[in-house]
Amino acid sequence: MDFRLSEEQEKFRQEIRDFLKGEIKQGLWEPSCDAWIMGHDPEFTKRVSKKGWIGLTWPKEHGGQGRPYIDRLILTEEMLRYGAPAACHWFADRQIGGAIVHYGTDEQKKELLPMILRGEAYVGLGMSEPDAGSDLASLKTKATEDGDSYIIDGQKTWTSGGSHMNWIYLVARTDPDAPKHRGISEFFFRTDLAGINVVPIVDITGGVHFNEVFFENVRIPKTSLIGEKNKGFYQILNQLDYERSGMERLMANYPLFEALIKYTKETKRKGKPLSQDPLVRSKLAQLKIELEIGRLHMYRVAMVMDEGRAPNWESSMSKVYGTAFEQRLAGAAIEITGLYVQLSPQSKRVPIKGMAYHSYLSSKGYSLQAGSSEVLKNILALRKLELPSE
Amino acid sequence: MQLALSEEQEMLRTMARDFLSDKLPKATVKEMEESEAGYSPELWKEMAGLGWMGLAFPEKYGGSGMSFLDLAILIEEMGGACLPGPYFSSVVLSGFTILDIGSEEQKAAYLPKIASGEKIFTLALTEAGASYDASGIETKASAEGDNYVISGTKLFVPDANVADYMLVVAKTDKGFTIFIVDARSAGISYTVLKTIAEDKLCEVVFDKVKVPKTNILGEPDKGWPEVEKIIQRGAAAKCSEMVGCIQKALDMTVEYAKDRKQYGRPIGSFQVIQHYCADMATDVDGTRLSAYKAAWMLSEGLPCTQEVAIAKAWAGEACQRVMALAHQIHGAIGVTIDHDLQYYTRRAKAAEVSFGDATFYREVVAREMGL
Ligand SMILES: Cc1cc2nc3c(=O)[nH]c(=O)nc-3n(C[C@H](O)[C@H](O)[C@H](O)COP(=O)(O)OP(=O)(O)OC[C@H]3O[C@@H](n4cnc5c(N)ncnc54)[C@H](O)[C@@H]3O)c2cc1C
Repeated sequence: MDFRLSEEQEKFRQEIRDFLKGEIKQGLWEPSCDAWIMGHDPEFTKRVSKKGWIGLTWPKEHGGQGRPYIDRLILTEEMLRYGAPAACHWFADRQIGGAIVHYGTDEQKKELLPMILRGEAYVGLGMSEPDAGSDLASLKTKATEDGDSYIIDGQKTWTSGGSHMNWIYLVARTDPDAPKHRGISEFFFRTDLAGINVVPIVDITGGVHFNEVFFENVRIPKTSLIGEKNKGFYQILNQLDYERSGMERLMANYPLFEALIKYTKETKRKGKPLSQDPLVRSKLAQLKIELEIGRLHMYRVAMVMDEGRAPNWESSMSKVYGTAFEQRLAGAAIEITGLYVQLSPQSKRVPIKGMAYHSYLSSKGYSLQAGSSEVLKNILALRKLELPSE
Repeated sequence: MQLALSEEQEMLRTMARDFLSDKLPKATVKEMEESEAGYSPELWKEMAGLGWMGLAFPEKYGGSGMSFLDLAILIEEMGGACLPGPYFSSVVLSGFTILDIGSEEQKAAYLPKIASGEKIFTLALTEAGASYDASGIETKASAEGDNYVISGTKLFVPDANVADYMLVVAKTDKGFTIFIVDARSAGISYTVLKTIAEDKLCEVVFDKVKVPKTNILGEPDKGWPEVEKIIQRGAAAKCSEMVGCIQKALDMTVEYAKDRKQYGRPIGSFQVIQHYCADMATDVDGTRLSAYKAAWMLSEGLPCTQEVAIAKAWAGEACQRVMALAHQIHGAIGVTIDHDLQYYTRRAKAAEVSFGDATFYREVVAREMGL
């Protein structure tokens, strides 16, 4: 057992910090909550790509650096700490590249991986549909073979980053007669094709981050199929393990935590800084305790991946834990800012840039996306604890 | 960074688990709890024979030269088995303190006796104020010739009823001093208090107890930083004990949920029960990860005020959540005195408050955060 990071890893962390602090200093962007999923900044992504920080864990032969998942965790931890606008490349780096490495043909690897590494693939994840949420396998969007093509018809929804995407990773039904889990395949294709219509959905914060995506008679080449036809559901389960595993499930609203600490030191009530109020101290300390427990969960997941195992129940556990923490952070920020929390980010006199307000609203979705907490607890109960399903 | 135990650590764990499950059925735990001594001298000897008392002491003092982390693994197993007795007092609270600041003569004189189990040590620290800070200490020691004279009343002293020696923390001229006191010295009397964990916490009265100056442990007046270290080691080791405790409670609960049928199906197939179990498992793992981290840092000699505080604050509250759900899932059978669950429930509460509860450590964390 050894909780120490290697010297190289500590150096790596410092390098990332210096880079991000430098960016902030130059005024290239401001730290914000949810920037990993809402901060679309192609130029930032280009600079990250130049640093070689996309595809860190992919094998070298595919242009990656073959580095351990812990290194990537360090990278994402710092990105989230500084609220960096990494949304353009996040999905492609986190799970799509890996899926192509795993399931793609040689041609697909040659064509697609360099594009991801260059930070040019802004990927949307086309899984959920109006009637297929937790029960993803009940999806209806069809992919029908037609000569050298598949024809896609149907609708996806909640597609994060849909307004910015230029590629989509789509899960569609390829065999309507097979049992529902066994007739699904995965596709990866450009979104500038005829018949694709993206309609933004305004979310609870008033922002636009997810979208409806309609497919009408969209013709995609057969080479867009990733992995085996009709095995897509099993592939996606594995990818979801990775989707759930990251630091963004603990630190999506981390900038709020830092800002809140600063706020309590600078804000006086009854002549004393809030940070000296025993209740405030206790709340902030409890958050710190919970954050650190969460980090241990996250590092454990990365270590499981470094052992060559897909993080299965471990990432379910850490995601449920982490997202609940983020919601408690938002809750504590609200209690501490008191009446001020009603002021929206655009309002005069709003404290901490409206982060508490934003986070209170946006964190509601954390425990739904990438598997609701209930579904993840089911996984934990059935797969780790082996409780009976009936 | 890696989280796996070494092969030796796995062996230690397996050996400890096998030994304890063989020697310590709950009926035996109960007998030990009800006995006057609170432990079994035969079992004590066997444990010493296995090298458990001296596990983490250097070989030259009769130990095996293993680490605090190794010790934590052993203690986790003891927690799972609900081992009663003075192991914690003698080894964690006292042995390590002597090892840390004892003179060469003191180490040579006492550590081999702790390691062999021949002598039992304990720590007399807390008092009526029931706190772990210096302001709670009123017991005084005044210099008189070659001796100090100690007067005052200590509370919650574990295992004073069987201890041969006590490390007594007392106020001296310009600070606090730790004394090694022969428990049979004139002027010492004790009363065993009835406790929730049925452990032997005592009130110990020191009435002008004479202690030779040579029995000062560490430096006179400069004892408090060491007391803080004792509390820190105690808290970290407690966390490991708590991991053992709640892991066992989780295992028992999952087994029960698989077996117990209502409405014609195992209750473990109801989603609410599954989610309760998932929550318990998450709490257990968080407690284990943070307890290991704290123990590892102590082993490595790294500064870990914050890590120990986080681990203990977390463990205290996580234990309560786990035990509450364990009971809910067990139904009425779990609240009977004949069911094994109650051993864990009682210990979890005692462990939560020992060596600092969550409120205490939240303030430590707040300070560490620069608040
Ligand atoms: C911010 C955000 C971003 C998202 N981004 C994307 C994206 O980029 N791409 C994409 O494809 N999807 C995305 N989603 C959709 C997300 O994957 C779904 O919200 C999720 O799968 C849950 O589906 P649902 O919302 O339809 O809820 P439902 O599945 O209808 O669930 C409603 C409630 O019922 C509970 N429930 C459902 N089934 C069970 C069960 N078996 N046991 C117990 N309880 C159950 C759920 O836990 C939940 O509490 C996003 C969602 C959010 C909130």
